[in-house]
Amino acid sequence: MTELMEGSEAMASAAISAGCRFFAGYPMTPFTELLEHFAKRLPPAGGVCVNAESELEAVGMAWGALATGARAATGSTGQGLSLMQESFSEITLAELPLVIFNMARGQGDYFQSTRGGGHGDYRHVVLAPIDLAEAVELVQLAFHLADVWRNPVLIHGDYLLAHLAESVSVEPIDFGPPPAKGWAVDGELGGTGLSRLVSPLGLGKHRTGGSDGGGSDGPGIEAHLQAVAAKLERITMAEARCETRYCDDASVVIAAFGVPAKFVRYVVEQLRAEGQSVGFVRPITLWPFPTEAVAAACAGARTVAVFEINAGQMIDDVRLAVLGQAPVVGIGGISTDHSGFGVGALLDVELIRSRIEAVLSAAEVPA
Amino acid sequence: MTEPVGGRLSDARLVAPDKPDLLLTTEHNLCPGCGEPLAIRILLEAIAELGQVTNTVGVAGIGCYTAFSASLDVDLVQALHGRAPSVATGVKRMLPDRLVFTLQGDGDMVNEGLQEVLHTAARGERVTCILLNNGVFGETGGHMTAATVLGQRTKNTLEGRNSEYHGFPIRVADLIAQLDGAVYVARGSVHAAGAVARTKKMILRAFESQLAGAGFSLVEILTMCPTGWFIPTVEGPEYLDGTLGQVHTMGELKGRAER
Repeated sequence: MTELMEGSEAMASAAISAGCRFFAGYPMTPFTELLEHFAKRLPPAGGVCVNAESELEAVGMAWGALATGARAATGSTGQGLSLMQESFSEITLAELPLVIFNMARGQGDYFQSTRGGGHGDYRHVVLAPIDLAEAVELVQLAFHLADVWRNPVLIHGDYLLAHLAESVSVEPIDFGPPPAKGWAVDGELGGTGLSRLVSPLGLGKHRTGGSDGGGSDGPGIEAHLQAVAAKLERITMAEARCETRYCDDASVVIAAFGVPAKFVRYVVEQLRAEGQSVGFVRPITLWPFPTEAVAAACAGARTVAVFEINAGQMIDDVRLAVLGQAPVVGIGGISTDHSGFGVGALLDVELIRSRIEAVLSAAEVPA
Repeated sequence: MTEPVGGRLSDARLVAPDKPDLLLTTEHNLCPGCGEPLAIRILLEAIAELGQVTNTVGVAGIGCYTAFSASLDVDLVQALHGRAPSVATGVKRMLPDRLVFTLQGDGDMVNEGLQEVLHTAARGERVTCILLNNGVFGETGGHMTAATVLGQRTKNTLEGRNSEYHGFPIRVADLIAQLDGAVYVARGSVHAAGAVARTKKMILRAFESQLAGAGFSLVEILTMCPTGWFIPTVEGPEYLDGTLGQVHTMGELKGRAER
């Protein structure tokens, strides 16, 4: 059934539809409404939403729920996620399938989402929906990927995604049966010698005369960290997602992500209709970055331009993909409303058009 | 010359003929004279005596006792320093019929995670937090915690903790006893046989109150750390009684009258 729904409500609904049964969060604009909708919708679905006293406690509660095998999520805006980074690192090393919502202020959290502010060798799969219809799919995909890879997945949204109402239908997506969670704690194996340990150190239980001769049945910390790193490499190979349009013969390719990409895509379509040689590429996964797809999209370009609402963050990954084959320029910038939470003047079709036209003109692309 | 500290298990004297059933191995790296294994022993005995062996999930913090998170034969979640009460909250909310406990030190609970335990207690979460309080960061080699008593020498209070310079210790059990969500709060010790027996009863009462769905419970257990106190191993129990025990006074702080 298609309904006119605020983004936060649609995403909470999609999460519950995907089996999410635990959420903990702390209010922060523009994430707050997501917490409100989880608080309202989880209990009738047989789940729990805890209004955590801080972001640190919210992520800790999600950690505990995940350890029992439940599908669980937390979230905030970038500032709140900064507080959770220690746990994000360790939850990744504990191989727990956390789903994280970042309803960011602008797009300044690209580095935080893709590089992380935490310690150690860890990555999250980062999904950046362009609109609500895609968000409803990607939120469900997030819970699936988190379980399949036993790795956190982050939904990278913003003020617009959280607050805009669109006509949307939240239909459950069937990804097949979720993987069994034999590693999860339920308390029932106590005293059997087979009790479980969920730990970022990845240690199995220590037993007298363990398999390594030193009383340990685990792989050891170094081997565990290497195994997680190898898994992240497999995710890199398997999960990159990207949208490209008009890139086969484009002299200028514009890269953008998230909701602002919808504005950029609209402008590119307008310019194409007018006969301009311009293409569009949009990473849907910010990590793993779709390096090969972006490289292919930009293979024939004289110039690649990146539009993002920050001082220039994704541009690093675009440059790493293009590898010097074409100049890569930034045409976005920092832009916010008076509150610092919302949408600034830069997210404007005419302004974006003029910046793309300037790139076309500088690249001496004939119309 | 004082005896060496941080020795191997083979240096220790066997004080009991067996190990608790819920221990997968007696091998550990804790120092001779450490009180933590004693506290963990009565914790495991309490779980068994209440018939909760196949109904228990523990959450371990970070400290010397973390060595046991891999050798207790109960399901366990290893949490970050200070964060165990929140992790336990998530476990209990998803598994409300299970007995859920945390195992934390004073550095973990009273320093890094003070707000976590206070909020968890105030929320009345049906979990039991077990605090092993030796008044020192044992794992880093003997540094001041928020529970270190005045006059106590540590590696970063070499002349002893001085209230003018280092502030005062926090009596965390007393603080938690004031919260409406906490139904059973007690402070015991493992410095003497009688204290061990009394402390085990405290753990049993805390677990019983949790299983009855009454609310949050805390058992603080004073433990010896001769290594971190820079005293001969054999003087640990006496030092505990005369210093920590005088500030963090033993007894049931809340919940006794209701029994």
